Amino acid sequence: MQQGVKARKKLPEEFGIFLGLVAIYLVFAVLCRGEGFLSIENNLNIARQISMITIIAIGMTFVIISGGIDLSVGSTVALTGVLAAMILDATGGKTGGNIPLAIAGGLASGVLIGAFNGFIVAQFKVPPFIVTLSTMIGFRGLVFLICGGRPVGNLPDSFYFLGGGHLLGIPIPILIMAAAAAIAWYLTNHTRFGRYTYAIGGNEEAARFSGINIKSMKVAIYSLCGLTAAVSGVILASRLFSGDPKSGQLYELDAIAAAVVGGTSLSGGKGTILGTFLGAVIIGVISNGLNLMGVESYTQNIIKGAVILIAVLLDQMRK
Amino acid sequence: MEELIRLENIKKTFPEVAALKGVSFSILKGEVHALVGENGAGKSTLVKIIAGIERMDPGGAIYFKGKKTEIHDPHYAQGLGIAVIYQELTYIPELTVAENIFLGREPSRGGVIDWKTLRRKAEELLSHLGLSLDPALKMKELSTAQKQMVEIARALSMKTEILFMDEPTASLTEHEIQSLFAIIRELKARGVAIVYISHRLEEIFEITDRTTVLRDGEWIGTRATKDLNIDSLIQMMVGRQMSQRYPPRLPSETEEEILRVENLSLPGRFRNISFTLKKGEILGFAGLMGAGRTEVARALFGAEPPESGNIFLKGKKVSPKNPQEALKAGIALVPEDRKEQGLILAMAVNHNITLGNLNGVCRNNFFIDHAREKKVVEGYIKELSIKTPSPAWIVRQLSGGNQQKVVVAKWLFIPSHLIVFDEPTRGIDVEAKYEIYALMQRLASEGIGVVMISSELPELIGICHRILVMHEGKITGELKKEEFSQERIMAYATGS
Repeated sequence: MQQGVKARKKLPEEFGIFLGLVAIYLVFAVLCRGEGFLSIENNLNIARQISMITIIAIGMTFVIISGGIDLSVGSTVALTGVLAAMILDATGGKTGGNIPLAIAGGLASGVLIGAFNGFIVAQFKVPPFIVTLSTMIGFRGLVFLICGGRPVGNLPDSFYFLGGGHLLGIPIPILIMAAAAAIAWYLTNHTRFGRYTYAIGGNEEAARFSGINIKSMKVAIYSLCGLTAAVSGVILASRLFSGDPKSGQLYELDAIAAAVVGGTSLSGGKGTILGTFLGAVIIGVISNGLNLMGVESYTQNIIKGAVILIAVLLDQMRK
Repeated sequence: MEELIRLENIKKTFPEVAALKGVSFSILKGEVHALVGENGAGKSTLVKIIAGIERMDPGGAIYFKGKKTEIHDPHYAQGLGIAVIYQELTYIPELTVAENIFLGREPSRGGVIDWKTLRRKAEELLSHLGLSLDPALKMKELSTAQKQMVEIARALSMKTEILFMDEPTASLTEHEIQSLFAIIRELKARGVAIVYISHRLEEIFEITDRTTVLRDGEWIGTRATKDLNIDSLIQMMVGRQMSQRYPPRLPSETEEEILRVENLSLPGRFRNISFTLKKGEILGFAGLMGAGRTEVARALFGAEPPESGNIFLKGKKVSPKNPQEALKAGIALVPEDRKEQGLILAMAVNHNITLGNLNGVCRNNFFIDHAREKKVVEGYIKELSIKTPSPAWIVRQLSGGNQQKVVVAKWLFIPSHLIVFDEPTRGIDVEAKYEIYALMQRLASEGIGVVMISSELPELIGICHRILVMHEGKITGELKKEEFSQERIMAYATGS
């Protein structure tokens, strides 16, 4: 049947999402024209606001492409942030806290949490939803336990640079987000790791028959997701200038929403980093625009929920 | 005989390809009508149009019992008495046989399902088909053949007048095929028309009255089957004379051993399996479904390791615990189910081909070298004449034969000493089959061990140098080339 068929050059799938973003952006540009929506400052603001969720969503995208889900990222954000703050506090606090050690400790704990999730999922074949629901609840409990339920302060001033500083006029979190997205894009398109992630999500049995080590891949994929959550956790602790056990709540849902709006399929095997990024930007633009318009947060949630639903419906109809 | 359905100038154009280019023929009451053609000839599209799943292009017409009929949806087709049993059976595994038969049409009293009647009616239907099957069993507990029988019962429960069967014997054993044929004959006697789609040409001659051939979306002809023979039928299908269905067998006179298997056992699957494979030889495995052939292959491949026994590959002992280790040792398995085990359907042709040996196109075992990958993929597309619009085309959108070639290409790209082909020609057309046979021979002549598991005896006889027959988990017979005959193989396969 394929004989004589010409392969048409198709537009990338993200193109539709991009058009959606442009449309939404233009609507707010008109609605909030008096509020400085188009100013460089506001746009940098949008980018900074979405940076933490976007970084998590990047890790989440790998997990979802592989056919899984990670609900524990919000708790990981809190745990890694609190751990980093505790390390700073313990190594000298305000006057001499060891920042590199704190960052390394925070990131390492995120990787460990991810590896734990991945190991349980792969070794015992428990549905990822259940595994990470358990770790989400468990680690949230753990973080309150280790810090006694109070935010951890006594941090050195220079720690604020990570979440609140600028380089060449651009907020640091935006730069970290851009770097994370670039690395992740490279991983998905140009490495064995990326290819195997798609293969496992597309058909795990066929991936196994192709000689792919499913277990180690899953441990690696969830570890990567844990790492991105930890990066966000450390940035957030820096920006809040404290390790807060309550931080990061519902981040998992925002991250999943960004991936889904960006065209990632929850049944696995399909999704792109660019799509996820665009998805996060769409959500960020909507929040920002509604804030500028003075829409109250309840109404904002209704609108955001509707946008996610519409995005998925459009994707479904396109098929 | 009375005309049941007449097709006139049926056309169907998809955005990228014309699938049917004006097909006209009729189907008579009480006949078994073969619909044959190569992969992509348009058979499935035609069935989908008659079943109301696809709409045909304007200009054509379907006459049902002499009346022009618009079949706009599957429900309407069902109402007319048109039923289709697809190759991929559609049932709900967790429901019982009886529930599946009457799914959506459960007998009820006052809105509540009448379980007694449901069960009784199901029993009636099954016994009518000569099946002793407990309607209270869950579908998932049945064998493939039994599931198929249940689908037939389901079709009959709807007062079916035309029954389309798409590759019904693809996963049945010889014995089960015979009971299926008995049922087909029974239905025919009751006046049901059966449209029989199959790539197994021997079956066409055994069971059908008339044969319609499609090629590239065109109607080539409708003949009385008894006026055809295999050669003339193949000629109609491929549009040219094919002198042989099997490439000439190459000699295999070496004594060099590639594989030696000693007393391989896995309780409940197979026991005491011992055999050797010599260089240059194609070794066939025959047997009924469930005889343990696939299980032995899976054991060699580490997908389900054996409990005891030894495997020697080129004199070296190997004991793969998983496919990864097997591939590393040099054992490859082209799995029987390309959709479940062979391919990532949502991935592109090129990515599927290199998936099993991605390191082969990577720098530092990590960074994909796209230029090298492109070269490899284009090489295989050319070598196996895979028909795909581009290497980046999604595999799901290829025809079955081309999908199977992608599977084969994928395992060819993995450097191996031994390749086990499990049902490598299932559901693909004669030309693609020939190409795969020739490829297996070439591999064997290049010194790679080739094992072929097949349920089609003619092809085993046609290309193997030696055939081992399995029955209930044991090897019950070994036949050399001179001793090949279907009767002998069947005798060993049935344990008689």
